Amino acid sequence: MAFQLDARTPSGPLEHRWSKAKQEMKLVSPANRRKYTVIVVGSGLAGGSAAATLGELGYNVKCFSYHDSPRRAHSIGAQGGINAAKNYQNDGDSAYRLFYDTIKGGDFRSRESNVYRLAEVSVDIIDQCVAQGVPFAREYGGTLANRSFGGAQVSRTFYARGQTGQQLLLGCYQALERQVDAGRVRMFHRHEMLDLVVIGGRARGIVTRNLLTGAIDCHVADAVVLATGGYSNVFYLSTNAKACNATAIWRAYKRGAGFGNPCYTQIHPTCIPQSGDYQSKLTLMSESLRNDGRIWVPKKKGDTRNPNEIPEEERDYYLERMYPAFGNLCPRDIASRAAKLMCDQGFGVGPSGRGVYLDFKEAIGRLGRKTIEERYGNLFEMYEQITAEDPYSVPMRIYPAVHYTMGGLWVDYHLQSTIPGLFVLGEANFSDHGANRLGASALMQGLADGYFIAPYTVGHFLAQVKPGGVEAEHAEFRAAKEQVEQRTRRLLSIQGKKTVDDFHRELGKIMWEYCGMARNATGLKHALEKIPEVREEFWHNVNVPGSAEELNQSLEKAGRVADFFELGELTCLDALEREESCGGHFREEHQTEEGEAKRDDERFCHAAVWEYAGEDKPPVRNVEPLQFEFVHLAQRSYK
Amino acid sequence: MKIILNIWRQKNSSSPGKMVRYELDKVNEHMSFLEMLDVLNEDLARKGEDPVAFEHDCREGICGCCGFMVNGIAHGPERSTTVCQLHMRHFRDGDELWLEPFRAKAFPVIKDLVVDRSAFDRVIAAGGYISINTGSAPEANSIPVERQRADRAMDAAACIGCGACVAACPNASASLFVSAKIAHLGLLPQGEPERDRRAVRMVLKMTEEGFGYCTNTGECEAICPKGVKIENIARMHRDFTRAVALYREASKAAGAH
Amino acid sequence: MGTIALNSGLERTAFFYQSVVGKKVVMAVTGCVLSLFVLGHMLGNLQVYQGAEKLNHYAALLQGLGGGLWVVRLVLLACAGLHVLSAYQLWRLKLDARPTPYIKKATVATTYAARTMIWSGPIVLAFIIYHLLHFTTGQAHPDFRHGDVYHNVIAGFSSPAASLFYIAANILLAFHLYHGVWSMFQTVGVNHPRYTPWLKRLSKAYAWVIGIGNVSIPLAVLTGIVK
Repeated sequence: MAFQLDARTPSGPLEHRWSKAKQEMKLVSPANRRKYTVIVVGSGLAGGSAAATLGELGYNVKCFSYHDSPRRAHSIGAQGGINAAKNYQNDGDSAYRLFYDTIKGGDFRSRESNVYRLAEVSVDIIDQCVAQGVPFAREYGGTLANRSFGGAQVSRTFYARGQTGQQLLLGCYQALERQVDAGRVRMFHRHEMLDLVVIGGRARGIVTRNLLTGAIDCHVADAVVLATGGYSNVFYLSTNAKACNATAIWRAYKRGAGFGNPCYTQIHPTCIPQSGDYQSKLTLMSESLRNDGRIWVPKKKGDTRNPNEIPEEERDYYLERMYPAFGNLCPRDIASRAAKLMCDQGFGVGPSGRGVYLDFKEAIGRLGRKTIEERYGNLFEMYEQITAEDPYSVPMRIYPAVHYTMGGLWVDYHLQSTIPGLFVLGEANFSDHGANRLGASALMQGLADGYFIAPYTVGHFLAQVKPGGVEAEHAEFRAAKEQVEQRTRRLLSIQGKKTVDDFHRELGKIMWEYCGMARNATGLKHALEKIPEVREEFWHNVNVPGSAEELNQSLEKAGRVADFFELGELTCLDALEREESCGGHFREEHQTEEGEAKRDDERFCHAAVWEYAGEDKPPVRNVEPLQFEFVHLAQRSYK
Repeated sequence: MKIILNIWRQKNSSSPGKMVRYELDKVNEHMSFLEMLDVLNEDLARKGEDPVAFEHDCREGICGCCGFMVNGIAHGPERSTTVCQLHMRHFRDGDELWLEPFRAKAFPVIKDLVVDRSAFDRVIAAGGYISINTGSAPEANSIPVERQRADRAMDAAACIGCGACVAACPNASASLFVSAKIAHLGLLPQGEPERDRRAVRMVLKMTEEGFGYCTNTGECEAICPKGVKIENIARMHRDFTRAVALYREASKAAGAH
Repeated sequence: MGTIALNSGLERTAFFYQSVVGKKVVMAVTGCVLSLFVLGHMLGNLQVYQGAEKLNHYAALLQGLGGGLWVVRLVLLACAGLHVLSAYQLWRLKLDARPTPYIKKATVATTYAARTMIWSGPIVLAFIIYHLLHFTTGQAHPDFRHGDVYHNVIAGFSSPAASLFYIAANILLAFHLYHGVWSMFQTVGVNHPRYTPWLKRLSKAYAWVIGIGNVSIPLAVLTGIVK
């Protein structure tokens, strides 16, 4: 059985499509809304804003989070800012320009209509957030300040110091708590979704585990919204928070939701390198550092001298050498791959040999220490706190790390997955970012989905169904609950010799080695053999201490890692099948002579949508062709 | 290096807890404090023992999940640092450390070093927001905000809700947390219309949740990983007193949703 | 959270006092009245250095106020009562708010004065009662003469035990003010980064002045400077 992939994109002029779609949507009358129950899983920017807005509209909302509070969601980690086509700087920005930049940045692998809508509602997001009290940076005149971000030619990024994600999340969290107080949203803290229940082809609820008591509960709804974030933690070491996981979207996939483009993962070039085996996560340093820092490695392999003792002529400023036009400011994926190349060839620096220098000496000499302090003071402090090295006197060491996943559950224009009644928002969906996401666009997409898109499209769906009609005692709910319990028992009964983290690290190494920054068929095939082996061992040799009826952090981790194995495999498979390079997906076999990503629009101008075919059966690859009516497909060049 | 850890172990909220001593030999000075606990936990798991439960997530000092007492100081000895950003290089070989959960009636212990901070959510739900439904916002630049005011609002808004202020306060007061929100929203013109209502409701909720009162010792400000100032507490007292004393129709003002 | 009804003045006052903020504000405002009184009281008493006539004349002047004196006394009594009541209730709240104490607890910012408020308060209260019985009503005085304040002071402080108690209690009072005066401003909402350091200095200076002024009298009597 193959998916019938109908993207439900409206026709007509690009700029009228969303208005037209909204006008055609069916409505639920205000008096009837409370009869409909909507489950929202996840309470970050996308989930929190959706739950709050659906609550404001009068629906009966149940919102689930594995955290103790919605304010902990990892949206909080975003530093840089949020894009919006406000054109406050009078520098020629417009919805169309933001749309075009996003399509191009995504290497022409996203849907035009969706991306245009994103750019269109971006302006409303800023209005909404300011009204909520988000303390964005301002000019002396009291108006909002902007900066240029990630190489954009216009200044359209709004920011709140280096804590934009935090401030947007707090605004959204406060709106959510307001609805909790009003009794329209019920929060289920410390509840993890472990399965999706589909009845009669419709998403009808979820099965959760109460992380404090271990109770497995069924929750019935008329629509289910997943906003559970990305899956970078498949790689073990990433810039994601420790608890970020793919369990919700993975279980939905196994219940029939198509998984779009899992191989589109983004690597961020400026992270603090790993310092040892005990490393638990990687810390991102803002990309803005590359504006003034120069990246180099020693010309001699394995040079362990203090960097300040290495003379100028023995340094290789490789980005400036390889990409003279853009130099240190070349795009994320190019900078990342070049760093890996240098380290693979033995030029890497630092104790692990996996790092390159980011040097501010020249900039300090040119601009003075004070200017550098003003621009990057907080980042330098953060670096020193972690590494105990002073970046004013010793070059920083950086290395790329997995940062964001553009892939996710496939959704149509209504953000509905292949399962009717199952909506997917934010990083969890296969998103508007195509094969690569631009800086400051993740926050924008999460909030666009949650505040301004899902409330309409979920309502449209609900208007066409009768509320209720299913009880938690339904056979499908009972069966799903039984399966969840069985799985938990199984994890606890193995009592093997290795810890969950041992396995997670092992999976991470395979993924990073063969499905990281640069991929090739041989490596991916090797990974596809290796992952099932390690997974097999996991199910026979993992040790999960404790019991199911208590707070058991090892058990939580084990369930998530078990899903990462399967998703990691699908990611490799998708990377193998996509025989082209685009955005964050770089296949070594497909590059220009200059080492640039080479797309194959003839064969791969489509989204790959994977369909679960059953245990031990290979998944089915469906495609949604991408049509470009408004932009011309061009090859990126940063030479 | 070697570190001796005395950790509060408590199976669940209803059972009594006790300090348990662990010796850890393979501590690397570049490890973060939580990575050191990860190593301990992996050792315990391999031995089939129950790992130490502690909360953590982003490990970048922004999510506010982590936090416990290290030698009697919330988040440990380094200033402006959450315990996830505290590194072992600040300790010496052979140091003996005492790890205890944050203690307050409003923060009951769930397990080991994990406490229930949901009281903070309830205080926010009582009034820590600006009532604006999605879609009804005016154009963002229609209300200018003085730059210094916006900066001060941001200073207060930097709070990560970790609860260290409550833990460090001799009276287990949540004044710093609550006042940071009252100040953040009250400083902005957008938050002005609800300023009185917010102060009244949040202070009432804070009292109901069983938090103590402020004796102006400044402990909270000193250990706050985000440098939130007790200046905000003064503002909260001012706003609350004014709201209760001067409001003409307090019933309507304080109650209506 | 439901509706909060504050329809009458009584409801309003009760609501205010029942909150943790209200009790502290009451404590601060009464503390302010009491610390001003302490200053005035000290300035009056320092007239002991100007001789018996001056001091006794001042005492007679106060007595001459008649009903006015009682108004002042009642206000002071009410302030002291509210100050003690709110302190007691807040102390109970403190015990409630952290039922399980820490095994290890370190302080980072708390001054000695702030840490000791909780027992400098009760000792000062005990001292005030003794002081009233000693110099106002005379029951605790070995040789009390109505109207001859100068004599009472000299005679009272001739006992080293009484003088030492006065000295100790006034040092504690100074500590109490050292934290209390600044704290009072903070509690009623006066805090500004530019002026707060000055308020803290004022608070310290106030405590030193009161401390030195009050301690000097028994010391002067003991050492024979004032006879």
